[in-house]
Amino acid sequence: MTLELIWFLLWGVLWSVYFVLDGFDLGLGTLFPFFAKNEREKRVLYNTVAPFWDGNEVWLIAAGGITFAAFPRAYAIMFSALYAPLLIILFALIMRAASFEFRNKVDSDGWRKMWDVFQFLGNFIPALLFGVAFANIFQGIPFDADGVYYGSIIKLLNVYGIIGGLFFVINFAMHGAMWLSMKSDGEIHDRAISYAKKLWPFTVALAVAFLAATGFYTDLFANYQKNGVLLVIPAIGVTALLMVRIFLAGGRNHLAWISNAISIFSVIMFGVIGMFPKLLPSSLDPAASVTVYNGASSTLTLQIMLGVVVVIIPLVLLYQLWAVKLLMHVVDDKVLDSDESY
Amino acid sequence: MDVVMLSRIQFAVTVFFHFIFVPLTLGLSVLLAIMETMYVRTGNEMYKRMVKFWGKLFIINFTLGVVTGITLEFQFGTNWSRYSEYVGDIFGSLLAIEASTSFFLESTFIAVWFFGWEKVSKRVHCMCIWLVALASNMSAFWIIMANAFMQNPVGYKMVDGKPQLADFFAVITNPYGIGEFAHTVSSSWMVGGLFVIGISAWHLVRKNEMELFKSSFKIASIFFLIFSLTTAAAGHHQGQIAAKYQPAKLAAMESHWETGTNVPMYLLTWPNAENTGNAIQALPIPGALSILAYNNPNAEVIGLNDIPAEDRPPVLPTFISFRLMVALGSFFPLLGIALFVWRKKIEEKTFVLKVLPWLIPLPYIAIMLGWTVTEVGRQPWIVHKLLRTSEAASPIEASMVVWSIVAFTVIYTFLGLLDIYLLRKYAMKGPK
Repeated sequence: MTLELIWFLLWGVLWSVYFVLDGFDLGLGTLFPFFAKNEREKRVLYNTVAPFWDGNEVWLIAAGGITFAAFPRAYAIMFSALYAPLLIILFALIMRAASFEFRNKVDSDGWRKMWDVFQFLGNFIPALLFGVAFANIFQGIPFDADGVYYGSIIKLLNVYGIIGGLFFVINFAMHGAMWLSMKSDGEIHDRAISYAKKLWPFTVALAVAFLAATGFYTDLFANYQKNGVLLVIPAIGVTALLMVRIFLAGGRNHLAWISNAISIFSVIMFGVIGMFPKLLPSSLDPAASVTVYNGASSTLTLQIMLGVVVVIIPLVLLYQLWAVKLLMHVVDDKVLDSDESY
Repeated sequence: MDVVMLSRIQFAVTVFFHFIFVPLTLGLSVLLAIMETMYVRTGNEMYKRMVKFWGKLFIINFTLGVVTGITLEFQFGTNWSRYSEYVGDIFGSLLAIEASTSFFLESTFIAVWFFGWEKVSKRVHCMCIWLVALASNMSAFWIIMANAFMQNPVGYKMVDGKPQLADFFAVITNPYGIGEFAHTVSSSWMVGGLFVIGISAWHLVRKNEMELFKSSFKIASIFFLIFSLTTAAAGHHQGQIAAKYQPAKLAAMESHWETGTNVPMYLLTWPNAENTGNAIQALPIPGALSILAYNNPNAEVIGLNDIPAEDRPPVLPTFISFRLMVALGSFFPLLGIALFVWRKKIEEKTFVLKVLPWLIPLPYIAIMLGWTVTEVGRQPWIVHKLLRTSEAASPIEASMVVWSIVAFTVIYTFLGLLDIYLLRKYAMKGPK
């Protein structure tokens, strides 16, 4: 059982890391049409994310891959049940990637405008739909013991799903604004901070709404009632979110970003641990739910994969951190004029 | 049409589109690494400009390869959930290992390489592109080992009606996969070679940057020659492996119906539409098929008539794809030898230079044909002899798959055309 428990936690951790990392570029892309006022500002925004989006997106591939490897039944039902939202997310992510690569390659205003639209939609849609999807997973989706899904994309847009989606969008937007503040100078830097400050009360309000709705629409709190110590997880999330504002007020933007990263991480882990032992609760037939007991791969597979993950993931974090430090420079005119800028 | 057929069409569309970008990434990353090593070794700025020029084309191609790859990983779950649940224990772990060992490495170091010219030393910069080349080719290894499990399942035991991992080492040394890997990587490196050759030739005709493009041409022509030969050798080996592990596929590749020894190969063959025999069969080369399959003219080669009709792959597409691939695969080494011989005086061969850019698509086409043989020839099985394709699709509405096929086709056509347009534009623009 310990092995399954480790994998359950790792599964949550990988998705959490994905949202922490891709969260800022999804968020900044969502802010894009509201923030960037002229061509130079648009290019600053593109270039603050350009070296990172690909590395961030690999965490999605890893999270998907780990779901497939460790919990094939969860992967099979989750991905086929959420067919429509997942494919829409994919189409959006494809267009977002193309917008980075293609936008500066043809000198025409119409061309650039088209890619700006895709940049916005390509970030906003995944942020929203990931929130909707995870909220729905937390409250359970309607599938039977044979893995057949009886819902629809309209049914996913229920109250709790929408609160989840908005929470992701607004929190990621703030996350993105803070990222921008670290990667820019002058007026853009100041404005990015003021955006983050303005978005903060909305994030808090949505966080409160999300927690309240979680009590109302889901069974997530059951595990926390059983084991009060676990409440430390949402407590860390809430505290970190409050600290964001304090760090912003003190001008400590790096700490504000890290604090929000911790907050995003805790929110996802709060949901995941609340579901335990379920990975995918069925709202139709609780007995059909995929759990760590009925959904995990064989012990040998879990052992080998654990070996791989324990060796590789810390290494990945190390070299990604090295790369981020190396490319963490402010996007100024010198960067914008270089051959490699977008 | 049912969900199975629609999902097969969607998978074919998305995987073929993805595989327009992958071979060039595999091949050109290695060529870039070689070019940059020459820069570090000689300190000659010409090599740096060379790397930057080919690097720009590399990145345009690379981005679409990355994002279209995510589609494939998700699609096993969205469209083939029965299959995913059935093979997840083995197949899923190979995909997860691919992501954690290769994609992270590739995506991080490509960013440092592309954006970090001024940030790291020459040697570290060069190491970055070698790591990208290593990571992308390593990812090919994992995904092909996953595919090999579908072709020739090994290293498993059946538990509750599903294959469960029993021997990980056997899974990653699957002889079918080793052959597939050698064939795929060789042919992808050949794609990279001819890409550089074709574009260099276009500039050499116009006398642009003669030194840079002559040098690019030379490097790529040696590369192309070597890997056109290894592709052919690995392809021959792959045929023999099919004979051993998938006799139905081999028989379909050759449209061979009657089991026998000393089996000839008919130069002129055409399978009938009913999938029951040949409509045309003439000009035999005695014993040739026995020799090709088993290195022995007296070897027995199983014919399709000895395989139950419901277990036979569709012969016509397998057979045609195979013959065309072999024709192209035989042409490449000849072209490679010619280019290698001409490489020092290539600027004088104006006609050859004018033709070469038009040949760039040929290895791509050969690779697509090869995958058609591999995947159509595996039918009706999704996991050979264990699970039928017809039992593998998700329990979803056909209408969902219809709209996603339409969306994929629209988006991919749009991006594919733009990508070709941009590659062409930046290839013709030349180094600044």
